[in-house]
Amino acid sequence: MTREEITAGLAEILEEVAGVSPDDVAEDKSFTDDLDVDSLSMVEVVVAAEEKFGVKIPDNEVQNLKLVGDAVTYIVSANATV
Amino acid sequence: MKDVVVTGLGATTPLGGDVASTWDAMLAGKSGVRALTQDWAAQLPVRIAAELAVEPVEQVGRIQARRLDRVEQIALLAMREAWADAGSPEVDKERLAVVVGTGIGGAVTLLNQDDILEASGPRRVSPHTVPMLMPNGAAAWIGLELGAKAGVHAPSSACATGAEAIYWALDIIRSGRADIVVAGGAEAVVHGLPIAGFASMRAMSTRNDDPERASRPWDKTRDGFVLGEGAGIIVLESAEHARSRGAKVYTRLAGAAMTSDGYDIVQPHPEGEGGVRAIQHALRDADIAPTDVMHVNCHATATPTGDIAEIKMVHRVLGDHAVLTSTKSMTGHLLGAAGAVESIATILALRHGVVPPTINLDEPDEGVDLDIAAHKSREVTIPAALNNSFGFGGHNAALVFAQA
Repeated sequence: MTREEITAGLAEILEEVAGVSPDDVAEDKSFTDDLDVDSLSMVEVVVAAEEKFGVKIPDNEVQNLKLVGDAVTYIVSANATV
Repeated sequence: MKDVVVTGLGATTPLGGDVASTWDAMLAGKSGVRALTQDWAAQLPVRIAAELAVEPVEQVGRIQARRLDRVEQIALLAMREAWADAGSPEVDKERLAVVVGTGIGGAVTLLNQDDILEASGPRRVSPHTVPMLMPNGAAAWIGLELGAKAGVHAPSSACATGAEAIYWALDIIRSGRADIVVAGGAEAVVHGLPIAGFASMRAMSTRNDDPERASRPWDKTRDGFVLGEGAGIIVLESAEHARSRGAKVYTRLAGAAMTSDGYDIVQPHPEGEGGVRAIQHALRDADIAPTDVMHVNCHATATPTGDIAEIKMVHRVLGDHAVLTSTKSMTGHLLGAAGAVESIATILALRHGVVPPTINLDEPDEGVDLDIAAHKSREVTIPAALNNSFGFGGHNAALVFAQA
């Protein structure tokens, strides 16, 4: 799965969970500062991403996922180690 | 003592999505009770309820609806209407408080998330679960949206909750802790479990084949209450503050009182002793003579014992001159919202000089010896009006509204 495909997948989740417009989602956007995803909604995003991409995102990793690109990188590397 | 006035009203009920449509439907004597056609209702002994006339989800939006239990959604919608009706007052946020309660809280969220827990495991339980089910959730969301900083409170006294909220609001303004208080109640538990629970108590009407005629306060053939859902919010304000901003004033909230029965967890005292004291104290608090109370919006839920006990208590304190009604004949029993929605009906009755009807009162039961506006609304000049609410647990609330 390419980075673009993962970003698009995250955009779908963000729209469903937090009402974020897919056009606003890009790798350099911060979940909290740019996309207004609050802490509880971020939990929903993580759980949905785990399911969608078949990866595990431990709670202590979530705090490092500031930008959409951070999540993409994590999902890419987690997929590579499967 | 500071005078307290009503400057804004908001509601969403089985009769309408706002105050105006609810009031019009009340005056027209319409019933909001319908058959429950959902699959989950098929096995229940009670298959009727008064569901909201307007679904709230579209109004609050899909995303907010994921984070708010239905009871929180409707409390917010009623608040927005009431706040706009009050003219969206400019107020120091440290002088703005909220008192909004619910009898049962986000029970439907609790039940739905338990289904998810059982079916899919703990990780799939929504992180919004706790703020959705906590009984102070409706008050908290309202406080958040308004930025209220003088205190956010969520009293709970079962079916007296909405009235208790208004009682506390009066106290907060009189004691100088706030200039404006947004007060009321909300309830949204039309779900199999609460219905089964109330039905097991034999508290509910089982007139499943005739929904619109099922809620029959004081009628000889009444057989229990009909569950309803809704929210009512009123904006209360010190008269001084309202005057200073040139606000439109509906009525005064002249007085209020609460007592407790110390008698039984669910049965009302047969002579309504605690209710008598509540009404007496509220009149004294309001400094209003019983003869000035020309209208009573009664609690009367259409249970066999409660309706008669209330007649006795009203008769004993007021005599027989007032015109009574039970708007629950149309809205069903809104539980924690009842006292708030019925306060709105009381305020409008006072303001417009018309008492909404008690529908389905075909043959008053023995002992119903007071003047009830049966079937049709009635024009009455009303200097002051009383709203009674009683809740499981032996809570008695009486609110006295008067011409401003």
